[in-house]
Amino acid sequence: MDQAEATEKIVAALQKKKSKTKFYFNELAKILDLKPRAAKKLINIMVTDEVLEYWSSGSTSLYGLKGVGKQAAAEHEDE
Amino acid sequence: MAKHETPLLDQLESGPWPSFVSDIKQEAEARAKNEKGVEYQIPVDVCEDLLGILELSFKHGRTHWKHGGIVGVFGYGGGVIGRYCDQPEMFPGVAHFHTMRVNQPGGKFYTSEFLRQLCDVWDMRGSGLTNMHGSTGDIILLGTTTPQLEEIFFELTHTYNQDLGGSGSNLRTPADCVGEARCEWSCYDTQALCYDLTQEYQDELHRPAFPYKFKFKFDGCPNCCVASIARADIAFIGTWKDDIRLDQEAVAAYVGGEFPPNGGSHSGRDWGPFDIKKEVIDLCPTGCMQYADGKLAIDNKECNRCMHCISVMPRALRIGNDRGCSILVGAKAPILDGAQMGSLLIPFIKVEEPYDEIKEVIENIWDWWMEEGKNRERLGELMKRQGFQRLLEACNLKPDPRMVQEPRTNPYIFWKEDEVPGGFQRDINEFRKHHLR
Ligand code: HEM
Ligand code: HEM
Ligand code: SF4
Ligand code: SF4
Repeated sequence: MDQAEATEKIVAALQKKKSKTKFYFNELAKILDLKPRAAKKLINIMVTDEVLEYWSSGSTSLYGLKGVGKQAAAEHEDE
Repeated sequence: MAKHETPLLDQLESGPWPSFVSDIKQEAEARAKNEKGVEYQIPVDVCEDLLGILELSFKHGRTHWKHGGIVGVFGYGGGVIGRYCDQPEMFPGVAHFHTMRVNQPGGKFYTSEFLRQLCDVWDMRGSGLTNMHGSTGDIILLGTTTPQLEEIFFELTHTYNQDLGGSGSNLRTPADCVGEARCEWSCYDTQALCYDLTQEYQDELHRPAFPYKFKFKFDGCPNCCVASIARADIAFIGTWKDDIRLDQEAVAAYVGGEFPPNGGSHSGRDWGPFDIKKEVIDLCPTGCMQYADGKLAIDNKECNRCMHCISVMPRALRIGNDRGCSILVGAKAPILDGAQMGSLLIPFIKVEEPYDEIKEVIENIWDWWMEEGKNRERLGELMKRQGFQRLLEACNLKPDPRMVQEPRTNPYIFWKEDEVPGGFQRDINEFRKHHLR
């Protein structure tokens, strides 16, 4: 899978989820249907390209589409 | 006159110990005076407002900090822990109060010049408050605003050659004991291995893709000064295979009172003359030492390298010469759920550059955990859920009696049918020839 295809898949899948804006890494790996290590390379580039952004609680990291959702707000307030 | 009244915090200063409240007040005062003429980039009264919000939380019995955020520096998923307060109008100085974790140098060696520079950067661009060091091992810079993050990151990396550390679901800043640099008990060069793995796994450190946090810690010997056995997902603990080096003359000098035991520590009161039987022989956990006719004997094959005797009589007993490390996995010290000590995975491994064998173990573990671990499940929990045997399979290792702490509990290894000659089926007729019904 090349980068453009992977980015497209991720963006399409995340846009479809209405109720949720933050995702665990392994949810993204599942969307790409890749082993974690292989998925990581592609997902890293999506962050560098500012398609995705990190959210961190301090102990746990999540990913979201850049600028989408109440990113700066608390995790549990999303529900 | 303080900006906020803080009677509840003030009470905390009345105890016999140094108080963080006094420290924060001191910094608040220094910032207000600004004798050095610092061009503060964040509110000058940040420390006052920190005290104010603490007092309010104390009064309400609830936190006024929000949980997490997107703050970070470009391209890094860790190293910054975003904190915002939920009363920004009452306490504008701490509307943003982000923590930065800075990767501490190996063994925590600094020059005083570096420490001064670090403080200068932080006085100007942050609250001036630090944790030296946090329990993660990092230098913790407590409290700055979002616009300052990139500025501080640039300065740290470009001027001071210092990187951010780990936070979130990534490899946390690896931490080591002082090791061979100052300690004669170090069985391998902890700083060299810590540095090498930190460089090798930069991507894992800065770009989170693990199910949860993951920690490496490096102790040069089983004294475990960085407590790796209790809190690292992978603990590298120095050990040796041959015999403890034993100097009978020095033993006699300890017994005769010529050398103080424990390197002279505990000398604050008179504990009476040194009693080798009571203080060493009887405390050896494996009971493998004997002292008779003025001679000390150690049954080295029973010794489990606990370090007790060596720590008490360092001039008489020394670590062996055939050195390496043991690798223990799965420890955690969480707030919720139970704490768990590391389990022995590799009894002995040589610690030699380029550490390929060690890296193979690490990467096998990660492959298994990244694939099988649930979100927010530490390695130690996955080991419990799927069993130690699955970990051994993931690492291509064979079970070894040394991995077993107590038979049939830790770990419980099952034979597989193909490992048993003849499998699980037996010839019942053959059996009945010798065994009546
Ligand atoms: C030198 C002699 C023996 C030694 C070293 C020995 C050692 C042990 C050990 C280490 C265990 C614990 C296994 C575990 O943790 O589950 C055990 C369990 C046991 N032993 Fe012995 N044992 C000896 C003789 C005997 C004899 C003579 C009997 C009975 C006639 C016996 C009956 C048992 C039983 C019933 C158990 C429990 C088995 C189970 O929990 O399933 N043992 N023994
Ligand atoms: C080579 C010989 C033997 C083997 C391999 C063997 C194996 C075992 C195993 C695997 C168990 C545990 C079963 C379980 O926990 O689910 C067990 C339990 C037990 N065995 Fe044996 N055993 C042997 C000989 C004996 C002998 C000679 C005796 C008594 C004369 C004995 C008495 C018991 C008893 C009392 C238990 C405990 C049952 C229980 O706790 O429910 N075993 N044995
Ligand atoms: S862990 Fe052992 S080698 Fe490292 S500093 Fe402590 S006593 Fe020395
Ligand atoms: S190191 Fe510990 S187990 Fe080994 S001989 Fe000394 S006291 Fe005993």
